[in-house]
Amino acid sequence: MSLPAAPAATVAELVRGLAAKQFSSVELTRAYLARVAAAQPELNAFITVTGEAALAAAARADADRAAGRGGPLTGVPLAHKDIFCTEGVLTTCGSKMLANFVSPYDATVVAGLRQAGTVMLGKLNMDEFAMGSSNETSYFGPVRNPWDTARVPGGSSGGSAAAVAARIAPAATATDTGGSIRQPAALCGVTGIKPTYGRVSRYGMIAFASSLDQGGLITVSAEDAALLLGPMSGFDPRDSTSVDSPVPDYTATLTASLEGLTIGLVKEFFDDGLDAECGARIREAIAVLEKQGAKVREVSCPNLPLSVPTYYVVAPAECSSNLARFDGVRFGHRCESPKNLNDLYSRSRGEGFGAEVKRRIMTGTYVLSAGYYDAYYLKAQRVRQLISADFARAFGECDLLLGPTSPTPAFRIGDKCDDPITMYLNDIYTIGANLAGLPGMSLPCGFVGGLPVGLQLIGPHFSEARMLNAAHRYQMETDWHLRVPAAFA
Amino acid sequence: MSLNRADIENIARLARLELTETEIPVYVDSLSRIFAFVGELDRAPTAGISPMAHPLPGLAQRLRPDEVAESDHRELYQRNAPQVEAGLYVVPKVIE
Repeated sequence: MSLPAAPAATVAELVRGLAAKQFSSVELTRAYLARVAAAQPELNAFITVTGEAALAAAARADADRAAGRGGPLTGVPLAHKDIFCTEGVLTTCGSKMLANFVSPYDATVVAGLRQAGTVMLGKLNMDEFAMGSSNETSYFGPVRNPWDTARVPGGSSGGSAAAVAARIAPAATATDTGGSIRQPAALCGVTGIKPTYGRVSRYGMIAFASSLDQGGLITVSAEDAALLLGPMSGFDPRDSTSVDSPVPDYTATLTASLEGLTIGLVKEFFDDGLDAECGARIREAIAVLEKQGAKVREVSCPNLPLSVPTYYVVAPAECSSNLARFDGVRFGHRCESPKNLNDLYSRSRGEGFGAEVKRRIMTGTYVLSAGYYDAYYLKAQRVRQLISADFARAFGECDLLLGPTSPTPAFRIGDKCDDPITMYLNDIYTIGANLAGLPGMSLPCGFVGGLPVGLQLIGPHFSEARMLNAAHRYQMETDWHLRVPAAFA
Repeated sequence: MSLNRADIENIARLARLELTETEIPVYVDSLSRIFAFVGELDRAPTAGISPMAHPLPGLAQRLRPDEVAESDHRELYQRNAPQVEAGLYVVPKVIE
């Protein structure tokens, strides 16, 4: 397969090139749409490509620039995870349930990035309702990892990660409930950021587990993430958990010195489950940060090993409530010739949801049901408090935490489908940050057997600027994030 | 902990999910495994620990004034409905 050349390596380069009139937005958009079309049969990263609308938006962006309007991002193409509602465009959430749902409105994230002048190429494939760690639960078929198309890209933002890794989209939005930005970013060798809970509005982001869901980005570099995070962040009166605090200019502090920064290595992250070669890549990355002046010390979060079982009570509980809205009445899939109202509900839901979504709804229904609520749900929320307290204690001793993103590199499609627990354990290092509402990042830090490895940073609440700074300094010294899989170069 | 067929049928009924004959044994097995795994939480020392209510410390759910903020979008929203008539959502007869 040969793809038309990518116009630039990063969003930062696109921003400079557009400003210098090296290329127009229409030219860029055409080039990326051509790459999308060429790669789609291999990767299946997109569910919907909005080519015509993209070219029209690009032409408007060019006109704006010619008239001296717009900002630095005006005319930059990107793609949205299909969990974000986009007005007048199919929004499926990777599910048969929403296979014909045309959203009547835009998510705040989508509106914010459009306001900033970005051009949407289309909607990206994902695990159904963001429930999965391999992108194998999508109703629209699995996404393939550009580094090895027999392997998974991770999930649930697998389309976002694969698209950015293959450079068929310069950047992509994504969401993270238990690792769904960071784990696919790690497995595809790209940069991912999950901001602090409440930083990015959840309005128009189809809900999975509302106390954990957070929108963010998958990009080539930390600098690209810094450029795009501002316009999608900030207070939104339409999200009751949106936090009203000012959004800093994330690009302003990217190059600040790391002298005086203390990084905590979380002891529990370097456990028996971590692939030894992946562990070696992480240790090499630590040495790079130390050379930049960062101090490194070991810290412990003793309750962190309980984060996966805690998550598999809390997240399904919230999922079972959120997905109760899909009733076959107002929108979404409806069964043929329902006998009565109960039959309408049960068959529409039974047919419209895939196997993993049904598993999570049932798990959640059970933990919230009479007689089990205290034993499961309240117990899990108590453990969640312990895990949060562990993090708070650790941040008394250091500024950022560091560890691996995922215990192994990308696994083969089909390898972990038989046992849900094996699949759930892919997120063992990422779930903690969601439970505590903390921001996290994954950065490419090398390869094992030709497959990318991700380094994870976790910061205190609202420390995105500091995290992006450390990530950017690391990427100034390394070029792992600039590596492109040969087939898509 | 182990669940049986009757448990799964009951959970599916509560969740309004119709399962096929082939799905039931799959969920008997996988939900049993999930609850065995989640059982690890029993050993966590949570005496005196309050359940976490919000992911950000000290923040509670914000309320907004009860004011009309949007105009009527019924026609627009009903474009996604499987069956509507005279602006109403149509469902099977509930009362004979």
